Amino acid sequence: MEAYLGYFLYLLSLLTVGGIYAIFALGLNVQWGFAGLFNVGIVGFAAVGAYTYALLTTAESTYHVGGFGLPLPVGMLLGMLLSALVAAVIGLICIRLRSDYLAIATIGIAEIIKLILKNEADITNGPRGINKIPRAWEHFSEERFYSSWPLNWFASPESWQAFFDGLPNWWWQPCFAATILLCVYVIYRLLERARVSPWGRMMTAIRENEPAARAAGKNVTARRIEAFVIGAAIMGFAGALFAQHLRLIEPTNTFDATKVTFLVWVMLILGGSGNNRGAILGAFVIWTLWSTSELLIGGGINLIGYVFQSLDTTILTTRAGFLRMMLIGILMQVILQKFPGGILPEVRPASPQVKK
Amino acid sequence: MWDAFGFEFVNFYLIPGLVLGCIYALGAIGITLTFGILRFANFAHGEIMMSGAYLTWTIMAIAGYAGLTLHPLVAMVPATVLVILLFLGTDRYFYKPFRKEETIKVVMASFGMMLIIRSAVQVIWGPNQIAFVPGIAKPNAMLRDLTGDLGAMIIMPNKHIFIFLGTIIIVIALSYLLNKTRIGKAMRAVSDSPDLAHVTGINVDNVIRATWIVGGICAMAAGVFLVMDTQILETTMGFRMLLPMFAAAILGGIGKPYGAVAGGLIIGLAEELSAYPWIGDAPLLSPGYKTGVAFAIMVIMLIVRPQGLFKGRSF
Repeated sequence: MEAYLGYFLYLLSLLTVGGIYAIFALGLNVQWGFAGLFNVGIVGFAAVGAYTYALLTTAESTYHVGGFGLPLPVGMLLGMLLSALVAAVIGLICIRLRSDYLAIATIGIAEIIKLILKNEADITNGPRGINKIPRAWEHFSEERFYSSWPLNWFASPESWQAFFDGLPNWWWQPCFAATILLCVYVIYRLLERARVSPWGRMMTAIRENEPAARAAGKNVTARRIEAFVIGAAIMGFAGALFAQHLRLIEPTNTFDATKVTFLVWVMLILGGSGNNRGAILGAFVIWTLWSTSELLIGGGINLIGYVFQSLDTTILTTRAGFLRMMLIGILMQVILQKFPGGILPEVRPASPQVKK
Repeated sequence: MWDAFGFEFVNFYLIPGLVLGCIYALGAIGITLTFGILRFANFAHGEIMMSGAYLTWTIMAIAGYAGLTLHPLVAMVPATVLVILLFLGTDRYFYKPFRKEETIKVVMASFGMMLIIRSAVQVIWGPNQIAFVPGIAKPNAMLRDLTGDLGAMIIMPNKHIFIFLGTIIIVIALSYLLNKTRIGKAMRAVSDSPDLAHVTGINVDNVIRATWIVGGICAMAAGVFLVMDTQILETTMGFRMLLPMFAAAILGGIGKPYGAVAGGLIIGLAEELSAYPWIGDAPLLSPGYKTGVAFAIMVIMLIVRPQGLFKGRSF
């Protein structure tokens, strides 16, 4: 029974993190899949969302500014807004230029955001990061949440404490995973709606043939900035969820460009750029591969260490992680060259006339 | 008027700024040539610089086992060949398949290459820092005494003199190549207008090969100069250099090698001088934000004059 519980919880964590990556991939799909905007600064938008959320919702702290203790949805919403704002500024500057410049600018802004988070130690606690970030559902078992609204409407803090003490310590995991999957579903439905709407078809037109779209009287720059901002807002939202999942964020290792930006790109390309289902599928496939390969490699290294007792396996453990990254990179190149459409290639939305 | 102000300003801000500028300039030459001739922003450029520095260190270490002490500038020569092969190999297997397609595909491929090369270096040499040349670099005694007698003492270690001379030689050789040789003229022609160059019978494949070779030599020199200066090998150094190099290439104008040199020097100087206490005693800008200076210059340039100082291509 215990073993099954372990598998169940592992599956839940796969779904949780896979779901967060799926939201990232959906956000990138708006930018790249819909509008053809090459954003390699995903990690920057994620960091903006995560830090905004963390600063707004944590309890008062002496290490960083505030800890404003705001309700969780407010933190997530403001994280989204701030991320969208950053994107709007970059978009206004770079979108009229060729895509290469946008790529350089986004990779640059991601670095600058990390630089600010690292250097402004009074605000963000610098490289030591922010901890005790409230995680949805689990946060109810913290005293400052069960003794305030809305929980204190239903029962007294003492009875809530007794209630949470009675639950198994993993009780929040299924709820958290379900919430994230629900978010994925809602965002998916919204984006599907956007994709088949006139707006979505206009995006496709702009991406495929910009001069023609311009000649047809479409405001290409404004539409592109819209797509860029919407995508960045979704990434900011995913960043806030990322902060909830980790509970401790710091600028360097949490927001490592390879682990966020690059993985999300591989997910979208593998799943099929332009296809929302593809983005979700790609996210879960790559995350499962990434996560299970870590276990497999770890097991393999343990085995090697067992067979060759004198060997120091720590060096193998660190190097294996990089080997995995290299293999993911090669996978990306193979997909780009051999299967440019991904697993689920883009389906063009039919115009209403054709559907009849 | 060589008082304490001048001494401190020149030796601790101006010379390091120029050294950094030389390194950025050499890296930016490769980026601007690839951007101008192959028409894509090569994100893997910094990583190739970094792998070149690691290769040089390895050659020095192997020679060290054999009892030879090689100067980095000597060990650089065989490493340059390897780096050029690496450039040509990535082009053949990862960039060439997309040459007829949209350029953004190549940018994506180069973004992937960036990760592959860095991970490969981390797998082979490990993620930790390696000391490139141990010890503290002493200032060149002759230069110090000579300038000291003239009343303007310059403290400059030998490594900085090598970097200055090396950069000057490479830039002169490059200008000879671009202005006097056939292949150099062809490179400039392709950079200006690929279709016209193709019609006049220029072999574009040769031009592309030459671009990678020239870019490889410059990247190699930039990488080795960088580790000669910092004396530390790090796997992240290529990525750290990438943004300033792009900024330099854009500042100078895409496709303009001299622009890249000027841009590199400006960015390097701006980064170092931004930490000088211009107003009051505190640094004008916290040294932690040095990379931000390059980025700010680049953003301003993109708003005001996307074609760069030297009227490069603007897309």
